[in-house]
This record gives sequence, C-alpha cells and structure tokens, in this order.
Amino acid sequence: MAFSGHTELPVAERAAFIYTKGRQKPGLKCEADSIAGCVSQRACVYCGARVVLNPITDAVHLVHGPIGCASYTWDIRGALSSGPELYRNSFSTDLKERDVIFGGEKKLARAIDQLVEKYRPPLVFVYATCIVGVIGDDLEAVCRVAARKHGIEVIPVQSSGFAGNKAAGYRAACAALWRLIEPAGGMPEKKSLSVNYLGDFNLAGEVWIVGSYLKQLGLELNVAFTGDATYRSLKNAAAASLNIVQCAGSMHYLAEKMQESCGIPYLNVSFLGLEDTADSLRRIARFFGDHRIEQRAEELIARETAAVAGVIQSCRKKLAGKRAAVYVGGGFKAISLIKQFRELGIDVVVVGTQTGRRQEYAVLSELVDNGTVILDDANPAELEKFMLEKGAHLLVGGVKERPLAYKLGLAFVDHNHDRKHPLSGFIGAANFAREVCSTVCSPVWRYVHTPVPGARAGGAVWAAAL
Amino acid sequence: MLDCTPANIVQRSGGAINPAKTCQPIGAMYAALGIHRCLPHSHGSQGCCAYHRSHLTRHFREPVLAASSSFTEGASIFGGAANLKTAIKNVFTIYNPDIIAIHTTCLSETIGDDLPTIIKGAEIPPGKLVIHANTPSYQGSHITGFSNMTRAMVSYLAEATAAQKKEQVNIIPGFVNPADMREIKRLTGLMGIRSIMFPDTAGVLDAPMTGKFEMYPAGGAKVADIRDAGNSRLTIALGSYAASDPAHHLERKCRVRALTLKTPIGIKATDDFLLALRGHFACAVPAELEEERGQLVDIMIDTHHHFFGKKVAIFGDPDIVLATTEFLLDLGMRPVHVLTGTPGGDFESAIAALLREAGVEANVRAGGDLFLLHQWIKNQPVDLLIGNTYGKYIARAEDIPFVRLGFPILDRGLHSYLPVVGYRGAMRLLEMMGNALLDRADRDAADEDLELVM
Repeated sequence: MAFSGHTELPVAERAAFIYTKGRQKPGLKCEADSIAGCVSQRACVYCGARVVLNPITDAVHLVHGPIGCASYTWDIRGALSSGPELYRNSFSTDLKERDVIFGGEKKLARAIDQLVEKYRPPLVFVYATCIVGVIGDDLEAVCRVAARKHGIEVIPVQSSGFAGNKAAGYRAACAALWRLIEPAGGMPEKKSLSVNYLGDFNLAGEVWIVGSYLKQLGLELNVAFTGDATYRSLKNAAAASLNIVQCAGSMHYLAEKMQESCGIPYLNVSFLGLEDTADSLRRIARFFGDHRIEQRAEELIARETAAVAGVIQSCRKKLAGKRAAVYVGGGFKAISLIKQFRELGIDVVVVGTQTGRRQEYAVLSELVDNGTVILDDANPAELEKFMLEKGAHLLVGGVKERPLAYKLGLAFVDHNHDRKHPLSGFIGAANFAREVCSTVCSPVWRYVHTPVPGARAGGAVWAAAL
Repeated sequence: MLDCTPANIVQRSGGAINPAKTCQPIGAMYAALGIHRCLPHSHGSQGCCAYHRSHLTRHFREPVLAASSSFTEGASIFGGAANLKTAIKNVFTIYNPDIIAIHTTCLSETIGDDLPTIIKGAEIPPGKLVIHANTPSYQGSHITGFSNMTRAMVSYLAEATAAQKKEQVNIIPGFVNPADMREIKRLTGLMGIRSIMFPDTAGVLDAPMTGKFEMYPAGGAKVADIRDAGNSRLTIALGSYAASDPAHHLERKCRVRALTLKTPIGIKATDDFLLALRGHFACAVPAELEEERGQLVDIMIDTHHHFFGKKVAIFGDPDIVLATTEFLLDLGMRPVHVLTGTPGGDFESAIAALLREAGVEANVRAGGDLFLLHQWIKNQPVDLLIGNTYGKYIARAEDIPFVRLGFPILDRGLHSYLPVVGYRGAMRLLEMMGNALLDRADRDAADEDLELVM
C-alpha cells in the first residue's frame, strides 16, 4: 500500500501525526486520543499507573477488577529488588458478575483484610480498573476504612483504563505517590548532598548503576522513584536537596509538585548513551556548586568513558553507516537514543513514540537529519512502511514491535521491559552497543535472503531481497 | 519471592493471589486469529488490546495484530457505538481484512453496548464480514472467551446448504498451540478424512519467515470452509471447556452431530480420537499411525521405571489438564494436586472419576489460584510440577523439577512449533518429563552415586 507523501494515508486523520523533516512545515499532532480502529501500540491508564508504582517492592499491589488486568501485569516489568519481593506477586479482587451487579466494595475490603493479615505489608496500593470506574465503587472510602483498621497506608490509585491513556496513568501514579510522600508534620530537615532519582524503575538494576555514580560524586541517593523503593525509603523523599528526573514522561508531574510543595528543585537528566550520561553528571555536579564534586564528576566521566571506549569503538566499526528506526514509549528516551546511535555511527531514519509531548517532538525534530520520519502513536502498518521506505536495518522498541521487525528481516533491540541487561550509564552504553552489534551482525539474516537449497536456477527464493 | 506463602490453608473470599487463568477477551482474540484474513477487534479501552497482543506475542513470538475501539471517558458514558462504527470503517480502509471479529471487554459489557445493533448500523464494504462475541472478563476465563468466539463463528458463518451431509468432519481443536492443530489435521488426513478445522492458527502464529511482514499469513480457517462446516456429517469438539459449546451450537443450528472428546494428549485420548473418526467414517487406521502408536508404547515400556509412583502437581487450562492427568495415570504417576483457574463445569468430577479408577487420592480444584496450589505442595510435596510459565516460581521456591505445558509460556521458545497432542506429542511429553526427572536425579546424586547409564 503506497501512501508516501502522507496525504495518501488510508486514514486522512493520521496525516497530522506524521512528519518528515525538511519536507514539510514543522509541526506534529500529539498528546491526542488514538483513532478508533487503528492498531495502536498504546496501552491504558491502569498500565501507566502500574508501570510506575509496581517497582515499590514491599507494597501489596492489589488490582480491583476482573482477573485480566492483574494477570497481564504479573511480574512482567523486570524491575529488580535488593530486598522484598512482595511486589512480584499478582493480587486481584477477581471480580465476578455478581460483584459487578451488586458492587465490589465488600469484596475489596475482604481482600485487603486477608492480604494484610497474610503478608503484613507496610503499604497497600489499590488500583481501579475500567470496571470500577463504571460501577462506581468508592475506592477512597474502602481504603480509608482499611487504613484505619490495620494502621497502615492503603492508597487508592485512580487508574480506570478508559480515563485517558498511559500518560494519564503516570499522573494517577504520581498522585498516589504524592499522598505517600507528602510530609505530614511539616518539612523534614534537608540533607544537603542528597539526591532523589525519579523515573527509573530499576530494570536490570539500572538504579544501582546511577546510585553508584552519585556515590562516586560524593552524593547520596536518597530514594529512587520507584525502582527498588520501599515504603520506608519513600517516606524520606522530602529530605533530598535535588530531584533528578530520568523518565520525564512519567515523573515530570511529581517533580513539579515536589518543587512547589517541598522546595526541591529538579533537573531533567538522561543516563542513556555516553553523551547524555556525561552531560547529566556534569549538570548534577554543577548544581551543588562545589568544585570537588565537579572534579569527581570529571574523573568519573574520564574513567568510565575510557573503560567502555574499546567496546564502543569496535562496535562502531561494524555498525557505521547502518540506519535505525526507533519506536519507544516516551519522547525523552527517543531523544537520547538518537544521540546514542550517533555515537555508534548509526543514523536514525524513523522515530516515533507512544506518548511523546510537544516539546519533546520539537527537540527530536531539531536533532534528526532531513528526511527522517517522525510519528506519534504509530501503528504497525506505518512503522513497516516507513522502515522499508527509509531502508532501516534495525528497530528499537518493545515487545509488540519485536516480531514485526523480525518478519521484515530487520535486527531488533528491546529498550522496554524485556531488556535483560542494564542500558543506563557508561556500562549500559557498552551493553547497548554490544546488543546492537549482536543483532545487526548475526549470521541468521543471511538465510532470509538465500535461495532454497536445490531450487532450480532463478527459481524459488526464501524471500525476495528487500 | 514466594517465601511468604503459609502452609496453613484457610478459606479466602477476597479474590485471587497469583491467578491460574486470565480473562475472556484474550481467548477470543486468539480464536479470531485462527480465521484466515481476520483482524480481531477489541471493543473497549486500549489497554486490554495492548495486554492481549503483548501476551500472545510473548507466547508465540509472532506479530499479533488487533485493533481497538480506543474508549475514552466519552465512550464510557455515552456508549461505544460511535467508536465501533468508526473503527469498523477504519479497519477495512487501513488493513483490508476479509473479516473483523469483535469481542467485548468488561467495560463495554458493563455499559451495555448492543453489538448486533451497532454492527447492523455500521458501514461494511460489500463482500466483507463482521462477527462478534460477548466476552465479559468477569465470567469464566480466557478459555470461555475462546469458546465464545468459536461459537460466534458458528452463529455468523456456518450454514447448512447441501441437501445431504458431506463426508467430512469438523474439528474444533480448543485452546491449543498451532503445532497441535497441525498435528490433529495430520492425524485426520492420515485417516483419509476431509476435515474442516476452526479456529486454526497453524500458519498464522507459526508462520515461516518470508522476509516480508504478512499482515494476514497464509494459514487460518477460510470463511468458506467455516460456512461449509454446516454441511459436515460430524463435529468433533476437542475439550469440553474450549470446544464443546460451539460444536453443540452447530448441531442445533445445522444438524451436524456433535461429539465431545478429550484434547488428544496421551495415548488413550489419541486412541479415542482416531477410534471416533473410524467409527463415524469409512476409514481405517493406517499403518503409519499404528507404527507411531507402537513406538509410543515401546517408549513407555522402556521408560516406565522413571515414572511409576512419582507424585505430580499439574495446573493450567481445564481441557489440557484433564487429558494430561489421564496420561500421567497411564504412566503410573500419581497426580496428587490438580488445579485449573477456569471456574465451573465438570472439571472436579471428571478428574475425580479418573483418580478414583486409578486409586489415587488428590486435591482437585476448578477456579483455584497458584497460591492455593503452592499451599497444597507445601503440605504434600511432589516430584514434578507441570503447568504454564508461572509455575516457575513454585518450582523454584520448593525446588521441584518443572515441565512447561499450556498457556502462556513466556520464558521459553519453540512450544508453539512442537505438538503435545497425538502419539508424537505423547513422545515429546515423555521426553520432557523424563528428562526433568532424570536431570534432577543427576543433580542430586552424590559423586559415588552418579550413574552413566540410567
């Protein structure tokens, strides 16, 4: 199906969500609802809230709804813990037809009672799903009563799936987090060299890498939101003197709130790729206005860059000139990935996000070369079309994008929750380079385009060359 | 991770801990993918569709395409009719399927969207089809959803048009992997009988690499064949939970006799399947299948020492668990904990009957969760655990050899390419179970006890 020039898109409304740099007037529609009937790669409000809160390791995460929402989110996020593992279980009120008709509040109250008795958690999150929003269970009231009864915090998360998209779920999670961390009896005393790290969920232990960098600078990681966080550590959040924000999409709201209410300033950072990691460390060091910290940052950057230079260089030799497509959740990650690919000599020719924001797309657009296609809320047909049109060798995405790339004979790197090693920091940059190499350079692609053994000359071929 | 599970079992009434099931729509989506050139459509908010696609993608490692009505607050208050009509129009325009199979979610069910009426009012291009199934997530499980969507295929598509029933058999395979569907078709083909399988995900979710992205791979039951199912002489439903209801619906609608058998896992259930074919059609079991069966019996004799008396816990989807339990008993094993997450039906009594005959006492539960299974195992340890991916937590916590069987399997590959049904499938199960037990024996053996020959 040929629809280049975007005016020939099968659904005219989609044209506004797609932009080719240099060929069109700048401007891209985003932060809007998906068009019904498009195979969107997006998820729902509950999903957004669960992604953000689930890494809190000692909480009971109770999903109030029919079984599915809890089943699909059972331990698939890959967030690591240094201690408690309660968060890796799947708790659901498993609503049945009777509950839907007569209301699920009693069952919810029973579920909280039974879980608290069994696990003695310091904290319970109760997630609202679509159906709870429709039948109108009073989550707030049930949680309040349960909290009083058990003497622990029971926090409702207003995450009915239909009430917006994933970004609305981030907001709901931030609202729940704020209820948890808002200092009740006045502000705690600030710890002068203490940093909160927002928007990292400790996939493959990434929080620990950033934590160790901060330590080497002479700073303390107060608490990470929410990777490897516990009830106790979150309670001290307001004592930090700086918030650094990795995943701006999910945590911007909370950072603003903490600045306004706790007087904690924040910096947007990124630990993806050498350039952004070094830049972020310098800006953090500069914030403290202490020459020694800046000195340590420079030493760290020099030391760590040197440590991975060999890997990056050898990968770059194999990869230079390749073209990549990027389709990730948020805009910030996409921006970092473009820079990171540059470090490997790879051009990004297609870049899209599920929930990128206007400012992020503006930065993206600045960053890429003319001819690069930028798209919001893309569907697989569009990704396919533009990857083929632009001759991409590689796609970076999540679980639903992987088989699409493979079927096209393209290499693939997971930069979502299925990653198996950390992609943050200097070590992460080396891991990323190795992973890109391992997929782009795999001999397996050879067989996609080779003739069937024994086929007559000019006859059957496994697949036409792309 | 499961170190908090207490051994002391008390009644729970507040929901599930570590579920052994999931919700209807994913089963409906899987069934819909078993129609050639079909795009499944989820009538609800985006999350359900995203989760189902991710989950199926993780299990099959194949692209899973499905559209969503993308409900927001407006649709939830004013109804989803406008969204669905737009969606139908867009899906045909963008993706050009032959047929859209719509399933509902808990949201659209609860607000009461009337799908038949909405579909009637939708713009459907000539020659194209839209079918639907009601799949409220608060009833049954993914197995119910699979059954409901298969029933919708019968309701919308099957027709009795021929004056006389044709010498062909309909096979409703139940919620099994594409490889199992292929194997069942192979067995039927070897018996010399023309068959119509629906749904049929072979060639859709195990499609070969072509270097192209095929939105609609070559496999799947053709709409024309599903129509023709109304002219068949017999429908064999493999599994009382996932397949029986659509078969009986077809019997009522088109007077095609329905016969429900177990999923053909293990020697007896495979025998029953072939005997049913032989009993209803002019055909004989070919030498090739006799040879396969003979090999299987030979292997069972060669390895029976490894299995006899071993205690097993098994969980998963009811049709799979029921048939596998029968096979375990045929091996002289003792399935002492048998659990499915899918509620209702005759699971408990059917398992109890099998166990009674074999003289095995066991815990049996339909509608249970893995927390309960874990508690059972704590109270009565087993030598082997069989179930889907989620069993790995229990296997680790209790240090039990573990065989992955069923849906979903998210942490291993190839299961969707290698059958567990038929005599060949039974051989594969023997290999998996035998190796799990023997690997464990090797691991635990003291240096002086380690044997080369086992």
